[in-house]
Amino acid sequence: MTTPVARRVNPIKHIIIVCSGKGGVGKSSVSTQLALSLHASSPTAHIGLLDVDLTGPSLPRMLGLDGHGIHQSSDGWVPVYADAHGQGVPRLACMSIGFLLKNRGDSVVWRGPKKNAMIRQFLSDVRWGELDYLIIDTPPGTSDEHLSLLEHLAPVHSRLSAVIVTTPQAVALLDAMKCLSFTRAVNLPVLGIIENMSGYVCPCCGEVSNVFSTGGGEEMAKREGLPFLGRMPLDPELVTLLDAAEPPNEAGGGRERSSDKAFEVIEKYRKTTSAKLFAAIAHKVMDTIGPVQVAQEIMIGDTASAQGTS
Amino acid sequence: MFPSAEAGDIPNSHSIPSNAPEHCPGTESELAGKADACQGCPNQEICASSKPNGPDPALPYIHERMTSVKRKIVVLSGKGGVGKSTFAAQLAWAFAADEQLQTGLMDVDICGPSVPTILGIASEQIHSSSAGWSPVYVQDNLGVMSVGFMLPSSRDAVMWRGPKKNGLIAQFLKDVDWGDLDYLVIDTPPGTSDEHLSIVQYLKESGIDGAVLITTPQEVALQDVRREIDFCRKVGLRILGVVENMSGFVCPSCKSESQIFRPTTGGAERLAKETGIELLGKVPLDPRIGRSADYGLSFLDEYPDSPASASYLEIIDKIKYILGDK
Repeated sequence: MTTPVARRVNPIKHIIIVCSGKGGVGKSSVSTQLALSLHASSPTAHIGLLDVDLTGPSLPRMLGLDGHGIHQSSDGWVPVYADAHGQGVPRLACMSIGFLLKNRGDSVVWRGPKKNAMIRQFLSDVRWGELDYLIIDTPPGTSDEHLSLLEHLAPVHSRLSAVIVTTPQAVALLDAMKCLSFTRAVNLPVLGIIENMSGYVCPCCGEVSNVFSTGGGEEMAKREGLPFLGRMPLDPELVTLLDAAEPPNEAGGGRERSSDKAFEVIEKYRKTTSAKLFAAIAHKVMDTIGPVQVAQEIMIGDTASAQGTS
Repeated sequence: MFPSAEAGDIPNSHSIPSNAPEHCPGTESELAGKADACQGCPNQEICASSKPNGPDPALPYIHERMTSVKRKIVVLSGKGGVGKSTFAAQLAWAFAADEQLQTGLMDVDICGPSVPTILGIASEQIHSSSAGWSPVYVQDNLGVMSVGFMLPSSRDAVMWRGPKKNGLIAQFLKDVDWGDLDYLVIDTPPGTSDEHLSIVQYLKESGIDGAVLITTPQEVALQDVRREIDFCRKVGLRILGVVENMSGFVCPSCKSESQIFRPTTGGAERLAKETGIELLGKVPLDPRIGRSADYGLSFLDEYPDSPASASYLEIIDKIKYILGDK
């Protein structure tokens, strides 16, 4: 009766799927920022970050975890902890196909059924333990990966919701609309819309340029009756931080230092202007899905009523 | 609730599943799903389905249709949102600027078709005749085909798994009445999956003239382009070169240039050097490019003075030169 997937996801309080119809709007950077902000929001919050973008995994790079591998334990795959070198218990777990590749330039050329099998394995074999939030970063589109996720999670987890990321220009909004239609078709509650890459402040004269226009995400949220979670400007500081520098060296010796780097990302992120802006978004997300400390039974009731209204 | 594909457990791309029979040939093997040992294995269907089951019956028709197409160029990038569709549209527009040349633009991004919007023909529909589906014409010598023309409303999501997407791509190649084309530009979705494999497989016989890779300067994007290069080499697709998009931003107020997507690891230039691939050029980020795309206007025609137009034209000339057309 309990499937392997159910066994793994039951101790997870909330699952948030980050999606967008269009590619390159910042899903992975939003997922990373959401994870980092939730991680910073409480000293006891346990966060998981799962990357189901199988043909273009970016999370390892963004968290400074390039070159790490996955360990197999008797109780399943051990995720990579981004804060392994901090004080206390590591509580930011990350899993991506990037950790399974021998070389970072290797391509994963898989058709749908294989991707589906891999996603199922991520959901059933990763030893997340107890998590407050599991954030799932998805590839662009509304296809195999998304259907597989929902197919495996919807029957066994009731606290499942989505965040839609878009950039403000019309071409991206069109795809975000498709993504919203998708969430409606599969009955996935949407927490709200985040407008990313909205405006760029010239470092030289301070003039704000709307490189990809502005305001489109907010308008869409209003039109569709969804909460607007916030607007993030283009922040070269953040791009550079998440892009990180070359890993110290590719060979074995680099490993230790590489997880130091992940820790560095966490520390440095707190100091960016984006972190302050994103903290507000993260709080809106937390408010919408309710406090995590509440007993599980009540949570299920809460989410059910939230589903009814959305 | 969903169309379900039977899935078993595959640990990773190289090893053998834990629940596989004793003589499993390995999931990457040519015999995967077909060997004697595979009988009764719970993974058999997955293994078998990721390999083509004999020649696709559509292949001869595709070949016939494609004999009247001289050049086929694929626009690829591992990462999304780097400007594939915008570049594909500019390339098609630039080819079509020569009235003597017939150009086609095919959008195989099934889940997120942007080409109709970028070309300003989002409200058009496909008509079918005895000769096949007629593409939508932006101008006399530029025909376009996209799944965007087939949806009842632009808000509708196409929630398709791989096989259905492949079916539509095969139809785009065999049922669309392109006529005689000098250039067919194919715009793809991000990644290295069904759509890409299908295009390559379906056009194997007719031959693809080459792929143009698009990237942005930051390492996160370059990583995906390295994967795309690996893909091209695996399937034997010729790479014409790489284009670095969104390279630098000139503030319209103070005219100073800054890097929004900083090339922390040397950008496309170093990637090109490392992999021995030609760097076709760099296109600076100009807010007017995005705006033109939103309104369906040709950036090259609207803002011929922009530095971005100059680099677009230079890149397109280089592509023609590499193809031997100039």
